[in-house]
Amino acid sequence: MSTNVKRIMQRYRYSVILLRQLVKTDFKLRYQGSFLGYLWSLLRPLFMFVILYLVFTVFLPTSKDIPHKAVYLFLGIVLWNYFGEVTTGSVGAILGKGDLLRKINFPKYVVILAVTASAVINLLLNSIIVAIFMIFNHVSISWNAFLIIPLLGELLVLAIGLSFFLSALFVRFRDVSYIWDVLMQAGFYATPILYSLTQIATVHHKVAQALILNPMAQIIQDARYVLVTPTNATIHTLYVGKAWVWSVPVGLTVLIAVVGSLYFRSRSKSFAEEA
Amino acid sequence: MPDDIAIKVSGVSKNFVLPHERVSSIKGAFTNLYKKKDRTTETQHALRDIDFEVKKGEFFGIVGRNGSGKSTLLKILAGIYQPTLGQIRTQGKLVPFIELGVGFNPELTGRENVYLNGAMLGFSEKEVDAMYDDIVEFAELERFMDQKLKNYSSGMQVRLAFSLATRSEADILLVDEVLAVGDADFQRKCFSYFKKLKADKKTVIFVTHDMNAVREYCDRAMLIDKSEVQKMGSAQDIAREYALLFMDKASDHAKKGDGKRWGNGDAKVEKVTVKVGKEIGVDLDIAIERPVGRLIYGLHIMSEDSVEVTAMNNRMIQAPDVADLKAGDKLTVHWKVLNVFNDGNYTVMVTLIDDLANTLDWFVRAGSFQVRRTDRSTTAILPPISVSYSLKGKHKRNDDES
Repeated sequence: MSTNVKRIMQRYRYSVILLRQLVKTDFKLRYQGSFLGYLWSLLRPLFMFVILYLVFTVFLPTSKDIPHKAVYLFLGIVLWNYFGEVTTGSVGAILGKGDLLRKINFPKYVVILAVTASAVINLLLNSIIVAIFMIFNHVSISWNAFLIIPLLGELLVLAIGLSFFLSALFVRFRDVSYIWDVLMQAGFYATPILYSLTQIATVHHKVAQALILNPMAQIIQDARYVLVTPTNATIHTLYVGKAWVWSVPVGLTVLIAVVGSLYFRSRSKSFAEEA
Repeated sequence: MPDDIAIKVSGVSKNFVLPHERVSSIKGAFTNLYKKKDRTTETQHALRDIDFEVKKGEFFGIVGRNGSGKSTLLKILAGIYQPTLGQIRTQGKLVPFIELGVGFNPELTGRENVYLNGAMLGFSEKEVDAMYDDIVEFAELERFMDQKLKNYSSGMQVRLAFSLATRSEADILLVDEVLAVGDADFQRKCFSYFKKLKADKKTVIFVTHDMNAVREYCDRAMLIDKSEVQKMGSAQDIAREYALLFMDKASDHAKKGDGKRWGNGDAKVEKVTVKVGKEIGVDLDIAIERPVGRLIYGLHIMSEDSVEVTAMNNRMIQAPDVADLKAGDKLTVHWKVLNVFNDGNYTVMVTLIDDLANTLDWFVRAGSFQVRRTDRSTTAILPPISVSYSLKGKHKRNDDES
């Protein structure tokens, strides 16, 4: 019994050690040779915010209905980019580690977790910029802000689940990366990131109701609701009195995560032969 | 499983299904659904019904030709591939060295790579910290650790990787031909590491082509050929069996005369006869095609691993050149070499050159012979050796009195 516990601990220990080094290596290599180095992790989102601010509040001040428009947009983009970084980064991740797979036996999920961890680090750095501009824009913060934690949890699970599925599928079918590129493009516009769901709801209520069932739309709108604008359209405001509808995107997320992980696990044993 | 067994392999087979037209696009998968009949696959039996056990503390060799399936077996033992049939049970921590320096990244410094490769071997940063200086010192790379790995020579990379590998705390090690790389100095380090493993009673599974290493280190060995275990036994027996695989081939070559051979054809070796006895007799029938002023004739004997055991020509042993040869002459040459060769298989190379350094006939695998001995040693030759001593001293000895 105790040897079993030890063995599990040992296996877990190896994964953690490996994960740490893979993430570190990725981080080191990412900004290697650049003059400002790690600073770019902060500068990139900063410049993105500046551009959004200039375009949407200075030059194109449309939809006055959204307060703190730039922060509102920025938050949506940051969350979407995180999702994109994890999933697109993961698609080829297993295949990219083919060399390693053929030489040592290690828990394959570590590869996906490493991609995720790198993206989480980026997300945290971006969050610093979000927080700074929330303060600059005098966004009023309520206790609701803490709800961002379960929302980020949902986003994490969704992204990892999809990543497991996509990376395992890509080992067999190399079209997956192109298909996923297209789906990400489509998803960007199917998700209310640059446009206002509130406006759509006033014109086509049914369309807005359909769009919000997408877990990414639900997460982004909820995140904006709890952090930036309490007047924002969310799944609760679109389905008044039907609180259970909330379980659709969350259920989808769980389903994707379970199916994705199981598929990954069943396929991972033959990665070394096929990658 | 009994306690003294480190690895038990029972009934392991591995098939690789190779589709003739690999389906790696979704369109392909769909179109193939409709024309299933066209989809032909070929099953490659990389391993068939492999059974063996390795005891704890045993140094176990796996030998076989290229493509025999030994590397596939090692990868299955390492858990990299899954067996199609059968099962493998291990007791103790197993560390595979399919290759040295797994995970090395050329863009990182030597120092960073130590931590990265260390992680692959299962060492935490703290653990690597503790042994970092030793690793660097053993690799003799103190001055280079902050340089990027891509600026290392291949020898430096191997040294660093090997230095790390020797640190791994495994009960069972799987070693795949790491000895094949590196210079003599590195190989010496490898050998002393092997000796240490043996002294520490580690279980080692060692895949190699080097029969000398098998004879020297392995307690037992296994010969794999054509995906199956052909023979299992003592290192000596297996090493000989392995050599026999090539022996047939080498003598075939010699018979057909399609061994490597070149020369201007002024003189040509037509027949090579090798006799084995107290002496190795090599008789050559040589046809002279064009006039040759002075003929210098040579003989080389190579061991199964292509090491030149001996090489000589007539001038080196103060025998006369053959002078004034005319076209149409038939010359026979009789070489006699005292049979001091160790148990094994040898090939014979014969050379004919003239005094102007023209190569007339250079015949690499001209013949082969086999030496069978029971008084084997690990060295290439067993020259007759005698020894005596004399001793001078002041005090009287017991044996003087008797």
